Amino acid sequence: MIRHSLTTNTLFAVVLVMSLAISCSHRTASAPPPKPTAFGAAIVESSGGKQTAQTGASLPQPLVVQVNDEQGTAVPGALVEFSAAPGVTFDPANGLTDSSGQVTTNVTLGGMAGRYQLTASTIDKARKKVDLRIEEIALGYQQTLGRQLSDQYCDRCHNPESTVERLSNFDNLEIKPHPFTEGDTLNKISDADLTAIISHGGPALNKSALMPAWGNTLSKSDIQALISYIRAISDPPNRNAGPVYAEN
Amino acid sequence: MKEKLKSLWQKLFGDSVRAFGVVSLVFLVSLAIAPAKNYFSEWRHYQHGYLKMIRNRSDAVTLQRHFQGGIQQIWLPDLGVVDRCTSCHVGLKEASLADVNVQPFRPHPVIPHKLDQFGCTVCHRGQGAATTVAEAHNSTLAWEQPILPAKYIESSCGECHRGPLPGVPQLNQGRHLLSRYGCVRCHTVKLPDATTMKPTDDPPSLEHIADKTTREWIYAWLKDPQAYASTATMPNFKLSDDDVRDISAFLIANSTPLPGDTATLTAKAPTDPTAGASLYGESFCASCHAVQNAAGNLVGGDLGPELTRIGSKVRPEWLQAWLRNPRDYDPETAMPHYRFNDPQVATFTGFLLAKTDSDLLANVHLEAATPEQIAHGKRLVSDYGCASCHEIGGIKKPENFAPELSRIGSKPITQLVFLPGMQHTLPDYVAAKIKQPRWFGQALKMPQYSFTPAQIDSLATALLALNDRAATLPPSLTVAAKLESDYQPAGKAGKLMTDLACFSCHRINGHGGDMAPDLTWEGSSVQREWLVEFLKNPNTLRPALVRRMPRFNLTDTEANELTDYIMTVYQNPAIDRDSMPLSGYPQGQVELGKQLFYGKYACQGCHIVDTKTDKGYIGPTLTNVGSRLTAAWIFEWMKNPQALRPGTAEPNRAMSDEDARALTAFLISQKGGGKSEVAKK
Ligand code: HEC
Repeated sequence: MIRHSLTTNTLFAVVLVMSLAISCSHRTASAPPPKPTAFGAAIVESSGGKQTAQTGASLPQPLVVQVNDEQGTAVPGALVEFSAAPGVTFDPANGLTDSSGQVTTNVTLGGMAGRYQLTASTIDKARKKVDLRIEEIALGYQQTLGRQLSDQYCDRCHNPESTVERLSNFDNLEIKPHPFTEGDTLNKISDADLTAIISHGGPALNKSALMPAWGNTLSKSDIQALISYIRAISDPPNRNAGPVYAEN
Repeated sequence: MKEKLKSLWQKLFGDSVRAFGVVSLVFLVSLAIAPAKNYFSEWRHYQHGYLKMIRNRSDAVTLQRHFQGGIQQIWLPDLGVVDRCTSCHVGLKEASLADVNVQPFRPHPVIPHKLDQFGCTVCHRGQGAATTVAEAHNSTLAWEQPILPAKYIESSCGECHRGPLPGVPQLNQGRHLLSRYGCVRCHTVKLPDATTMKPTDDPPSLEHIADKTTREWIYAWLKDPQAYASTATMPNFKLSDDDVRDISAFLIANSTPLPGDTATLTAKAPTDPTAGASLYGESFCASCHAVQNAAGNLVGGDLGPELTRIGSKVRPEWLQAWLRNPRDYDPETAMPHYRFNDPQVATFTGFLLAKTDSDLLANVHLEAATPEQIAHGKRLVSDYGCASCHEIGGIKKPENFAPELSRIGSKPITQLVFLPGMQHTLPDYVAAKIKQPRWFGQALKMPQYSFTPAQIDSLATALLALNDRAATLPPSLTVAAKLESDYQPAGKAGKLMTDLACFSCHRINGHGGDMAPDLTWEGSSVQREWLVEFLKNPNTLRPALVRRMPRFNLTDTEANELTDYIMTVYQNPAIDRDSMPLSGYPQGQVELGKQLFYGKYACQGCHIVDTKTDKGYIGPTLTNVGSRLTAAWIFEWMKNPQALRPGTAEPNRAMSDEDARALTAFLISQKGGGKSEVAKK
């Protein structure tokens, strides 16, 4: 009896130590980086920053970064490595720049809503690391619902860009609304005021009646979802937009 | 060795005092391990961490008050939930921790359900009763559920919510794709409500394929359908050259001719080279068909097949017959019978036949087929289950050609064969199967689709929702899908509506497409004269729309017949069409309506009444709304647009009767008079 409990307990202790060891050393294995054939001086973003995607989903567009030398000319053959908070994956996680000095990677964001700070780094001639920080936004359920509602009811007026499916009405409006990404304006409006203008229309904040009242069309939780979405995509970021996930 | 053991024994248990001492020591240690184990448990470690974290926060007092130590549990006997996740995830309900970015202390994001009512594992899966991270999250035992990766989380919504749901685009999209790509033609998917998932693709019958196209085109298509049309829903079966040669031989040999398809070409195409393009534009073919433009972008809808390379595919005689009346070749087609006249048919034929791609058939050189090749082709057609999707003379549609997927989301991983290097989880397996079916064996029949990573995630999400829990939930806990009705209009007008394929775009009484407005209440909404004229010569109401109502070249009799039917049958019981007059409103009321239109409600943001000043073009142009709509409809619409057309973007302003009446008076006075030049801008 004693021997039995002894063995299970030692086993437990061993397992505990091991699992601790494993959880500490837990890192996703990725292929070892290739050897660079050239070195740049700076790394810049070509495209793919400031995108939004649902939590855990891959970004709609790949992330493309470029390595340049001191003169700003592209450097082929330089090593670029991507890193971010746990949960973010890059495919590939590293690579040498192509003939136009660029590396392209597909990014999948982590499972928590918020801003994800990604780092792309290269090594310069002095073998020092040069970093580029890029931010992407992961939308949770509420923000995703908000995005859907915005697409259905708001974007035609608030988004100056047209798509094939939706011509923008922005240019036709006498008084121009703000795109929801415009943090400089929208961050100054409190949640209560946003709720008021969305529910009761422009006049609720002494603004134009061209902004209709949505309080009888959308539910309270719909309006909260819209606000949550507006806060999430705001640039510069909103104070209440939640945490930033960066590499620790 | 034996000696050593003996002396050790002597040392420890040599006399009774020693033995007693040693045994009690062992006892003591082993007794101490139990509380120590408890003391060192993970959840206690996290609870300590949590308390340390909140200590210096400004909301520490509140958080401290909410905190409860020890093992926590959500117990929901109805759902079979015993979730102890909250023992470590201590801050789940603390909205004020929104700034915290370390787990397990993040608050739960806002969702429409309460944690106390649903627990955790209903959505996230995993082992709720476990009290260690490893056991709760990554169960090691084959029959247990590991945590569902975040990217598939919407599948859990789909267990109870059987229809489209706001806020879960991935689940909705996945379900749509299962039907749209015809997955459910080979894989049966029985839904928990006892219905079967229906395909929404439209694979053509191959009974008369030799009328339509050549063996060379079939060869090129089978080798790579996406090389012909990037939007094709037909997958790539990765067939060898020989197999493709033989299948094409069989299909041509097996085809029976239809008399109309071989009629010689009649009228000559007009000399004006732009005539085809403008007829194509006027007929709004692009509402359903896409064509690649010079920049390589697809322009047009996806209801019908892409036409970028149509000239390399179809025989001219067949195309002519199809344009005359597509229903002769395929009675079920979504394409309307346009009633084109001969010169129009000739114009179209010339225009479409010019859309060729010389690369497509450049390397296809086929010799006359031998009987052995044809026989082999027939065998292949059976083997690959082509008849699951296509009608093929002499070949029966196979039953359950591929494994049923009705419970795929609960498939035990012991029954799955994983590839080397693959994570041993069901979601990874499902996603890999969709991505590259033949990774799992060259001899497998499942074809290769060209889905994007996002589409694969969506499909996996939809499939994972098909699990044991979904299948066995009591109906009281589920939210049923709205089933598509099988409404069919009756009589002569009904026949005409089928011929014109109205239901491809319009929805009536719960049946039909969603490209164009729902017509269920159309008879209450519009004025008779306007409707007759519109059916004969549709001008556009919404200039901002890409897709528009085409002109079907209806005769007066046809237009009148249709109008009569719509006016009498499609009536909203709550609206008396004749309860409000179409003119004669007091000038004061019209004036008030105008003020409300431009002031209080600022309708000009979206609608145009005065083409000189108004610019909004989200909603229909209202310059002649007084000749188009009934006053009773306008009044009810002002009061509550969503009640008449659910989902419309027009905001509900909860107007008083007085405001609604004034706006009705103003709008009904807009009798227009050919201001369509604005509409066309
Ligand atoms: C018909 C066009 C239109 C639509 C549709 C519309 N808005 Fe607006 N909105 C405006 C205009 C115009 C303003 C600017 C009013 C002003 O500055 O006087 C505005 C202002 C706002 C503001 C204040 C900040 C700003 O941009 O000035 C918010 C917030 C807002 N709208 C939210 C929404 C939401 C949410 C929706 C969708 C439910 C929506 N709007 C739909 C036209 C529209």
